[in-house]
Amino acid sequence: MATLATTVGLPRLLSALSGGEMVDLDRHLDAHGLLPSDRELDANGLLDLVERSGLRGRGGAAFPMATKLGAVRAARGPAIVVANGCESEPISAKDALLLHELPHLVLDGVELAARAVGAAEAIVAFETPNTAARMSLENALSERRAERIDSTRFSLFAAEERFLSGQETALVSQIDGGPPKPTFVPPRPTDRGVGRRPTLIQNVETLANLALVARYGAEWYRELGTDAETGSKLVTLAGAVENPGVYEIEFGTPLGALFAAAGGLSSELAGVLVGGYFGSWLPAAGVGALELSNEALGHHGAALGCGAVVALPARSCPVAETVRVAIYLATETAGQCGPCVHGTAAIARTLHGVAEGKASPTAFADLKRWAEELPGRGACHHPNGLAHFVSTALRTFKPQFADHARHGPCDGCAAEPVLTFPQPSPARP
Amino acid sequence: MTRLRVNPIGCVGHGLCAELLPEWIELDEWGYPIVDRESLPAGLEAHARRAADACPTLALLLQPD
Repeated sequence: MATLATTVGLPRLLSALSGGEMVDLDRHLDAHGLLPSDRELDANGLLDLVERSGLRGRGGAAFPMATKLGAVRAARGPAIVVANGCESEPISAKDALLLHELPHLVLDGVELAARAVGAAEAIVAFETPNTAARMSLENALSERRAERIDSTRFSLFAAEERFLSGQETALVSQIDGGPPKPTFVPPRPTDRGVGRRPTLIQNVETLANLALVARYGAEWYRELGTDAETGSKLVTLAGAVENPGVYEIEFGTPLGALFAAAGGLSSELAGVLVGGYFGSWLPAAGVGALELSNEALGHHGAALGCGAVVALPARSCPVAETVRVAIYLATETAGQCGPCVHGTAAIARTLHGVAEGKASPTAFADLKRWAEELPGRGACHHPNGLAHFVSTALRTFKPQFADHARHGPCDGCAAEPVLTFPQPSPARP
Repeated sequence: MTRLRVNPIGCVGHGLCAELLPEWIELDEWGYPIVDRESLPAGLEAHARRAADACPTLALLLQPD
């Protein structure tokens, strides 16, 4: 793990990192000092600060935090805060890093978020296999209790390790004892979430940012990033770089500078995946100049999402990589919505046929039609994400797909997978 | 102005909506509705309401813009 030390003002979130160990309360306070008290910064002051900072959600959707805070404050009933540390995206490692090594920064953010919406209770959620997160959180909470730092009652929640586990309504469902499956909105969790209470769900990176905004102010916060996307972003860089890992960048940093911070590329590239498994494949040519902000990526039909970036080495086969992930995503459907169940399976099956050289004559036309018909027809964005991932692959790697359809697997198909994911457990609810 | 929306968790693909409102709803190859997301023209609102009322799982929703 490293940070992008070449940018002035970075690292921010990762400044207190301590060689892979959990940053304890002493070290955390040495680095950042105490949180402003309720008297120094009350709920209205916090809301104003968040608004002026431009802080947006870091889980993927980049929703303005101030808007969400406002919605929870406007809803009736005792509010509750959920810190979402369910990484879900298999390539991403930033939420795990924050929970394991910087739990105090996250918990500071939770305490502040609870103050902003008047919540007395908060839940910190992570994925069940992430035992390092649980240990750090338990240690950090006991340190904080001894020093009476928080006025919020905290509890921990271990969610199932599923792709959709961290989806907001699926997380609410699990906390309430249900399956890890999204629900139809409205009602949104901000109105009716955990225990039917107004629920503020924020990604743990967003909350860690809040901990800094409250201490150093909105103007300081806006010194990094662009006008529309303020501050820094944690990105997980995987694939053909010398030092893969989590990096803290300023929004708008060129991809080439991120590669350089990671020790450079370790091979020629076949392409780059930006935004994780719901993200976009982009051609390798000229990709170094690509700026990592949603605004700049939007011109290429892409988004930063959770910040996972994969440099696919030239020895790998983009067709095989895409097909494996499409099959994984199809099996990760919650199984509730007909178009998603049937559509994602049809896309995965048809792509697999193409990769094996056994494509039907209508395979490419079918894939194009499904990718157009599917988005927006599920209760969550799962079908949208898969459709986008696959259509950017078909566009970026058109010759490779055509070649597989005619001749079957290539040499690269047998290469070790770069895009990995947990093997689905056989027993499913 | 009103739009049609499907609750995809509730919908099991009976397909009545597409029979009652073919101008605005078609079925995909698995029998699930693909609904035009534009605002309904005034002349279709009564038909849309009938289609929504006829849905056996009440999964077709009329929503104000």
